[in-house]
Amino acid sequence: MAVISQASGNLSFNPFAGYHIDTAYDEMFHSEGLTRPHYEHLLNRLQSVSIEDLRRSKQEADVSFFNQGITFTVYGKKEGTERIFPHDLLPRIITGAEWRTIEEGLTQRITALNHFLKDLYHERRILRDGVIPGEIIYTCKHFRRQMRGVKVARDVYVSVCGTDLVRLPTGEFVVLEDNLRVPSGVSYMLTSRKVMKQTFPMLFRKCGVRPIEHYSQVLLSTLRSLAPEGRSNPTIVVLTPGVYNSAYFEHAFLARQMGIQLVEGRDLVVHDNLVYIRTTSGLQRVDVIYRRVDDDFLDPLAFRPDSTLGAAGLFNAYRSGNVVLANALGTGVADDKAIYAYVPKIIRYYLGQDPILNNVETYLMADEKERNHVVENLDKYVVKAVGESGGYGMLIGPHSSAEQREEFRLRILQDPRNYIAQPTLALSTAPCFMEDGHIEPRHIDLRPYVLFGEKVTVVPGGLTRVALRKGSLVVNSSQGGGSKDTWVLQD
Amino acid sequence: MGTCMLSRVADSMYWMSRYFERADHCARVLEANYNLMLSPSNVSTEQRWLRIAACLGFQPDASIGDPQLAMIRMTSDTKGRASIVSCISSARENASQVREQISSEMWERLNQLYHETTQSGLRVQSDADPLRLVTTIREGSYRFYGVTDQTMNHDEGWQFIQFGKYMERACAISILLDAHFSAAIPEEDLEWVGLLASCSAFEAYCKVYTADFSPERIAEFLLLNAEFPYTVRYAAERMLAALDAIAEASAVRRPARIERTIGQLRASLAYSHIKDIIAGDIHQFLYGVIEQCWQLHAAVHELYIDYPIESAFEA
Repeated sequence: MAVISQASGNLSFNPFAGYHIDTAYDEMFHSEGLTRPHYEHLLNRLQSVSIEDLRRSKQEADVSFFNQGITFTVYGKKEGTERIFPHDLLPRIITGAEWRTIEEGLTQRITALNHFLKDLYHERRILRDGVIPGEIIYTCKHFRRQMRGVKVARDVYVSVCGTDLVRLPTGEFVVLEDNLRVPSGVSYMLTSRKVMKQTFPMLFRKCGVRPIEHYSQVLLSTLRSLAPEGRSNPTIVVLTPGVYNSAYFEHAFLARQMGIQLVEGRDLVVHDNLVYIRTTSGLQRVDVIYRRVDDDFLDPLAFRPDSTLGAAGLFNAYRSGNVVLANALGTGVADDKAIYAYVPKIIRYYLGQDPILNNVETYLMADEKERNHVVENLDKYVVKAVGESGGYGMLIGPHSSAEQREEFRLRILQDPRNYIAQPTLALSTAPCFMEDGHIEPRHIDLRPYVLFGEKVTVVPGGLTRVALRKGSLVVNSSQGGGSKDTWVLQD
Repeated sequence: MGTCMLSRVADSMYWMSRYFERADHCARVLEANYNLMLSPSNVSTEQRWLRIAACLGFQPDASIGDPQLAMIRMTSDTKGRASIVSCISSARENASQVREQISSEMWERLNQLYHETTQSGLRVQSDADPLRLVTTIREGSYRFYGVTDQTMNHDEGWQFIQFGKYMERACAISILLDAHFSAAIPEEDLEWVGLLASCSAFEAYCKVYTADFSPERIAEFLLLNAEFPYTVRYAAERMLAALDAIAEASAVRRPARIERTIGQLRASLAYSHIKDIIAGDIHQFLYGVIEQCWQLHAAVHELYIDYPIESAFEA
């Protein structure tokens, strides 16, 4: 372990001056001035360059992001709504050993959740055995009755998953939420790696960072492995809601990386339960759709009749097994935040194992005792609406006003099934490069991406999201969050 | 099979290109006529703007009597769809739908031009402002066409861009010629020079015929010259070449009536003599060209873009 004050003795400016560690786990420092060994290369690098060099690197990185068009759309603002995703210059580093735990834990979790989904839409053993109350399933708005008895390719419901992990003050990684519908952000992981390789080329070599660039190939072979039987050279497409969707850049990026068509609902034609895309050379049959459109909008005949983002008849073609949708329909029931509380039980029930990655302690507002306790102590808890994501519909107790708490108290009492509460977590912190040239700790989380086709693959890395506002615990990009490159080291 | 082109993408590229060419044409016509208007002439201002309005697809209104107002309306009125700013917006709207398919340089150029024209469109105050705006467009269009040719694969999508651009140009020049030849307005030399300027053809014409302006020669040049890009024949040849390239890339068989239209259009421009055209009915001739262009537009839409799915299964 290195001690900063010694190493930086000959420098006139110490970028870490004023780096204070509080109760949260810090990714880089064991305690003030004492670096964790896997961060030493980074520390040496930071202490051997001037502040101007770092600033220039930061500027170059920003320009590179801008030129690649890595932007996201902010809803509710008029023109000029495209913004560069804020990006921090310093990587977040994870050791090989830490990663092994994460990888095993995520593999276990996605396997169990797939068993769970298959069971829910077929035999419903888990409900009959009383492990989960049926009521909580049937009241979930993402439960799709239409999926009952539908055979899904390879029995894989969730083939692309982005699980949000956070690190507790003890250093333990726990699961904050599962994103089993249409998780996004993987394009930021890939593009930020490309930029960082230009920024710190030698540091990559020294640290032994494991590559992630094969993500798109793995995604393509995952999708290919799901193709309907007998379709030896399947046509695979990415389905996007269109250019106005906030993640359009990512849809286009992935399609380009995989070398497949990016289509919209209006490009699809369903005829005799077969799905085609309309091309200038005529109709071309489609076998697998990596859909980035929510369940509700996929087929106006089966779901929301006002949707123009899907294709009429798509669900019937899907049910007939003529086309595969990834992820399957109805996976949202398993990432409902109330059902999340049961995931440890789900893992034990289907796999007979203890969870490798634990959940965050979660109180169900549908439970009278838990509800009464939370409603009385709203200033200590984070309250979340069960079906929401992206940091919307959330109360962070310690940072809230009395007015907001009263509003949430009423909302909870009105519709208890729709809310859960979790203790306010001190998310781990990592060093971030600030505009004034200082390095300060900011709270972060981690979203690794899991792919499941023939087998489970977790690409060693992920999206580390940063709450760029000092003291903030909200990492969502729509709420002022940014990202960091995530380095997983070889042993 | 990764080379298949989505119909929607082809359609957006086609319209992007047509709207862009329309804005460009509109800028050339306005620039030429604004300049003409500055000199004393037999043609009254009102007659002139009525003719322009007819060529560019504007409904005549009260602004026709006031050149400044008319100019503002035709450059930057966004209530109608025919103004330069509206056409550039439509081109950009279509480009944004296929941003991943065109080159990033194309998008940047178009986007930049959009921001420049909408901003200067808002600021038209002094009498020199409209001319600045049309100059911006003209310069911007050279750049856009340049990067389109140099930064994009010359694949099926590029052919749809060419098809749209030259379709628009062939029709626009035909309409312009028709307005000048069938007009009851007394035509004088200056007006004929204005017609050449509307097609950026003044220098090119002089190289072929010297600065000797006769309506017949001007008609011959703008209609039948095969070497200058702003002539009906050149545009039609390019349009048909793009159409052939599309047919080859998509491997869709064209019905006989389309082949016939293509052949007629090609032959009428390649083998007609200007004396016969003028001695006959030039209006009828130009109208025939426009009509054939429209048939090709409709045929392409039906063959490649919005074909009935039944026909797709018969094949």
